[in-house]
Amino acid sequence: MKKLIILGGGTAGTMMANKLDKLLDKKIWSITIIDKDTIHYYQPGFLFLPFGIYEKKDVIKPRAKYIPDDVELILSDVDRVVAEENQIFLADGRTLDYDYLIIATGTEIRPDQTPGMLGEEWRKSIFDFYTFEGAVALTEQIKDWNGGKLVVAITEIPFKCPVAPLEFIFLADAFFSEKGIRDKVELTLVTPMSGAFTKPIATKKLSQLLGEKQINVITDFYIEHIDNENKKLVSYDEQEVSFDLLAIVPMNMGNEVIARSGLGDDLNYVPTDKHTLQSKAYPNIFVIGDATDIPTSKAGSVAHFAGEILTENLLSAIEGRPLTASFDGHANCFIETGFGKGTLIDFNYTTEPLPGTFPYPIIGPFSLLKPTRLNHIGKLLFRWMYWNILLKGRELPIDSHMSMAGKKEMTV
Amino acid sequence: MAQATLATYSVEVNEEGYMLQPDQWNKEIAEAIASELGIKLTNKHYEVINYLREQYAAGNALTIRKVGQSGITDIKGLYVLFPKGPLKYSSKIAGIPKPASCV
Repeated sequence: MKKLIILGGGTAGTMMANKLDKLLDKKIWSITIIDKDTIHYYQPGFLFLPFGIYEKKDVIKPRAKYIPDDVELILSDVDRVVAEENQIFLADGRTLDYDYLIIATGTEIRPDQTPGMLGEEWRKSIFDFYTFEGAVALTEQIKDWNGGKLVVAITEIPFKCPVAPLEFIFLADAFFSEKGIRDKVELTLVTPMSGAFTKPIATKKLSQLLGEKQINVITDFYIEHIDNENKKLVSYDEQEVSFDLLAIVPMNMGNEVIARSGLGDDLNYVPTDKHTLQSKAYPNIFVIGDATDIPTSKAGSVAHFAGEILTENLLSAIEGRPLTASFDGHANCFIETGFGKGTLIDFNYTTEPLPGTFPYPIIGPFSLLKPTRLNHIGKLLFRWMYWNILLKGRELPIDSHMSMAGKKEMTV
Repeated sequence: MAQATLATYSVEVNEEGYMLQPDQWNKEIAEAIASELGIKLTNKHYEVINYLREQYAAGNALTIRKVGQSGITDIKGLYVLFPKGPLKYSSKIAGIPKPASCV
């Protein structure tokens, strides 16, 4: 028997298990997926918890339910991968051999990397919204909050879902408006980048929206430490931003198992060919999702589009053929803008988010870089699509490669 | 894309003044860009600039954190050398394209 192991049972890993379960001949291949715990979280939903749009039950499902019957699920911490020997050492002492390995270990928040983040105020006035526990704790805090300075801050780039902090602050604007206390809340976005988003046209459109909603933006602010006593963010060049409530995006790093295995860069991301998705160091290792170092967003949509390419290339590698499928960095993200509206961006390695309609010219139905009711409905429908289409490795009616159809070329 | 005259050299730059051809760069150009930014270049500045150029030539992505771990200076030191723009300004002076931040 030949063995394929998938390391990580999150969005990318589960999707790959489902795709390959259908394509690999089980008389020849066994597929094993390893994860450390039993719950699969719908991570895009964390953002909706603090504002009462989703409840806890909306974002939690048993991990095993989404793993095909023929795929073995091992629940264990992993000590390390020894890639030279094609072996994985589990924390419980077991050793597994593989012929091919797919690394899908994701990215994690690391509040421990910034002095003061895990201080006195952690989960009192400082919260993350990238973990279930963080989002739940913030929900409790925000419910009875009477106003003051709410700061949403990004610590370091890259980070998972670069639109999430924007969505958070748009949703906060709507939440406090509906509560009738928006005039008592000062909203500020703090970012180490030079603008609200990374790409010029999207930044221009989103900055307009932030301005209309009276949300302050502080750019080029690189957090050095958090002063718990005075509730202040302090930057490396000694600027300060004070807060009453801080929703922080802590530094992101790849899983520690990548570091222990010597497979990562300085942020524990695995050096990966950005077109073939093969590890740069080992031809029998492929990498998908947030675990890679490829220069596109760390987002579920990217994992989905990359999944189709990885599947094709893995099958080619197994059969000794050249890897001809090429990933273009395609990302597609709905951005909630509050009050029942959302906007949408669609881009890749070389084309920045542009205005227009999606996926079809003129008829859309979705609008790019423009807040509409339909985009919001698209975001809500996405949760159903996530559990029923995306995770199960089924095709979406959207091409893996980004299309220019419906997009309007423009310059800033 | 545009042409700019820096020191006495005609070089290709983008709309923000970042050089597009790192091999057109030389120290006189670096001094000219630095003085526009109000920065007086010292040996320490050049250590950072050379590191950036080497990393860029090797195809490695650059972040403030990475430069801070280079052993040349830490992040605070980088802010002292290139106030307001530790990576943006140092890259501009080093004659390499503006580093792409996250995507």
